[in-house]
Amino acid sequence: MGPAADDYPHPHLLGIEGLTPGEITLILDRAQHYAEKNRSADKTSNILAGATVVNLFYENSTRTLTSFELAAKRLGAAVINMTVGTSSVKKGETLIDTAMTLNAMNPDALVVRHADSGAVKLLSEKVNCAVLNAGDGRHEHPTQALLDALTIRRHKGRLHRLNVAICGDIAHSRVARSNILLLNTMGSRVRLVAPPTLIPSKIERMGVEIFHDMEEGLKDCDIVMMLRLQLERMEGSFIPSVREYFHFHGLDRAKLANAKPDALIMHPGPMNRGVEIDSEVADDVERSVIREQVEMGVAVRMAALELLVQNHRKMGGMA
Amino acid sequence: MTPAIRAKGTGKKAFINARLLDPVAQTDEMGGILIEDATIVKSGSTVTRESVPGGFEIIDLGGACLAPGLVDMRAQLREPGFEHQETIETAGKSAAIGGITTIIALPNTDPVIDDVAGVEFIARRARKVGLAKVFAYGAVSKGIEGKEITEMGLLHQAGAVAFCDGINTIASARLLRQALSYSTFFDGMIVQHPEEPELSKGASMNSGELATRLGLTGVSPLAEVMQIERDLRLVEMTGGRLHFAHISTGESVEVIRKAKKRGLKVTCDTAPFYFALNENSVSDYRTFAKLSPPLRSEDDRQAIVAGLADGTIDAIASDHNPQDVDSKRLPFAQAAAGGVGFETLLPISLELYHNGHMSLLDVITKLTRVPAELVRIKGAGTIAEGTPADIVIFDPDRPWKIDPYQFTSKSKNSPFDGRMTQGRVLRTLIDGREVFTEGN
Repeated sequence: MGPAADDYPHPHLLGIEGLTPGEITLILDRAQHYAEKNRSADKTSNILAGATVVNLFYENSTRTLTSFELAAKRLGAAVINMTVGTSSVKKGETLIDTAMTLNAMNPDALVVRHADSGAVKLLSEKVNCAVLNAGDGRHEHPTQALLDALTIRRHKGRLHRLNVAICGDIAHSRVARSNILLLNTMGSRVRLVAPPTLIPSKIERMGVEIFHDMEEGLKDCDIVMMLRLQLERMEGSFIPSVREYFHFHGLDRAKLANAKPDALIMHPGPMNRGVEIDSEVADDVERSVIREQVEMGVAVRMAALELLVQNHRKMGGMA
Repeated sequence: MTPAIRAKGTGKKAFINARLLDPVAQTDEMGGILIEDATIVKSGSTVTRESVPGGFEIIDLGGACLAPGLVDMRAQLREPGFEHQETIETAGKSAAIGGITTIIALPNTDPVIDDVAGVEFIARRARKVGLAKVFAYGAVSKGIEGKEITEMGLLHQAGAVAFCDGINTIASARLLRQALSYSTFFDGMIVQHPEEPELSKGASMNSGELATRLGLTGVSPLAEVMQIERDLRLVEMTGGRLHFAHISTGESVEVIRKAKKRGLKVTCDTAPFYFALNENSVSDYRTFAKLSPPLRSEDDRQAIVAGLADGTIDAIASDHNPQDVDSKRLPFAQAAAGGVGFETLLPISLELYHNGHMSLLDVITKLTRVPAELVRIKGAGTIAEGTPADIVIFDPDRPWKIDPYQFTSKSKNSPFDGRMTQGRVLRTLIDGREVFTEGN
């Protein structure tokens, strides 16, 4: 007995872009319900019994894949994981072909991760089941932004009038883009803190403030959101060395001292300790909510799957 | 409704009651032309129903425009090597519908047109097909690899009208210097794709807010102007003739404007994409709007219009680049760049006239006389007496909606898909033969 599917009017969850504050709140409220349930003895339900969820991952990811798998299973759905190596196949043709093939098997939801921006949207145009974007290139990663929001809301009690600093490899980060969109939509202020080479062109037009100096950027922040330095996505020299990066832009106690005393430390994982974050800060139980983010990930994905599959069922699985 | 392509018998024909656009005489007046076999024997306001001598079939155009057939100085015909995307025959049919009678084909085929046999192959195939007159660019470097210079003199002698490395930038300053310098002895022209290759590596659209939002790697519009600026120094150094293809940014227009004032032998063209569209066409990852150079900002688009109007931009070319469905139906970063252009070249260019930026005669001049002069093709881009009867007859006002699936080109990748436009070709004649007649 979930909320009425009419409240979430989209057939897919491709990004935060286009979601209203009401729709975001709806997903988060439902996720909060699952967060509590997940801590109880009775973690599973049969809300999605009979449904099939396919996790189609074109990029390696243990954490997100596991999180989606667990979410679907806790709702009683049947889950299939497909990890498609990007190097072994001719990518594009396979994307559409695989989509069509999977679609012919009538799944209820496809959870897709792909290394190219826009690939998940392209795929969603070719299928008639619900599509969840589990990360496309450097474009969006909506469930990550939602789980971050849920984590923040649980600690701060709100998502508006907060100062959030997103720090690090903005240029290669879909997490940053989704978070900027979500936090702006909910009425918080976002600052980006990174060396100039990791700030994409004209990003200030998305309604953010830009800082290159970390101490300045963290001043009076409520939330410090660190990003993983995506060395594997870097073509060319964005930073001189990891050592230099950590020196200027890695989060340590000294730099953190500029933020509010109760500022939360977040990281989408997996962390590069000693690159963008010091272990001492990452493991600080008073401040770091990094493990809770992982926990909320399952809850948010349960909520998203529930809403989308129910929507899809309501539309009669129109073939 | 597929328009039929046919070649009517030649003979003596009089086209009268036409709005005659003569880019050589620079006149725009009512008149007509007389054609005997393959040649225009008389042209001008004195050709009227009363003045037509006996024995001529009289065709009253009812006020439609008559101009030289369009001369398209930048197009990819994909033959040899990529016949699944376009052939000289399908390209010729598509060009006929677009009113194009002369095409200069890029050399980036497989094999590359970097030897005499390649130039002769193109000429032979085009003659056999018997549609648009096709001339070849010779490659500047062997295999368009940007390393060693081709036998430019021999290629020129065999009929290569100018030289370029296809869609590649001639990146090596040394190579470009040699090509510019060497080609002066036969008055050859080098055509550059101006895009600094290192800066634009891996980029799939114009840099800026939209690229950032879409999470796509952008290339700065400055990659274009910095290539132009370096190349201008080489023109100065060598005295060679350099032409910049499909310029797309305001900075490029500005720099070329200044260079021309300084008296440098430099010219440029642009394509309809760059004066009719901006980067917003990409939104939602529309791969048909993935072009090279990429679509730019609205400010750049307006600067291109201004550059055309003030004469800085010499010519308009279609930049016809056919891509099959499989090359476009991909995630944006992986999709091929390019758009087909033959069947939209005239109507989109006419928007410059309809929007009041240029006179009809000026638009036609940039599509006919200027490109013909740049590549030194005699008898093209003119309706003077004694020249081949390569002409286009069109209604400049007729509205229609662009539907690439009605195109005759083998490929349908048009970024103008669904656009409402004005101006339709009614007839296209090559050497007096009607190769396209509207409605037939």
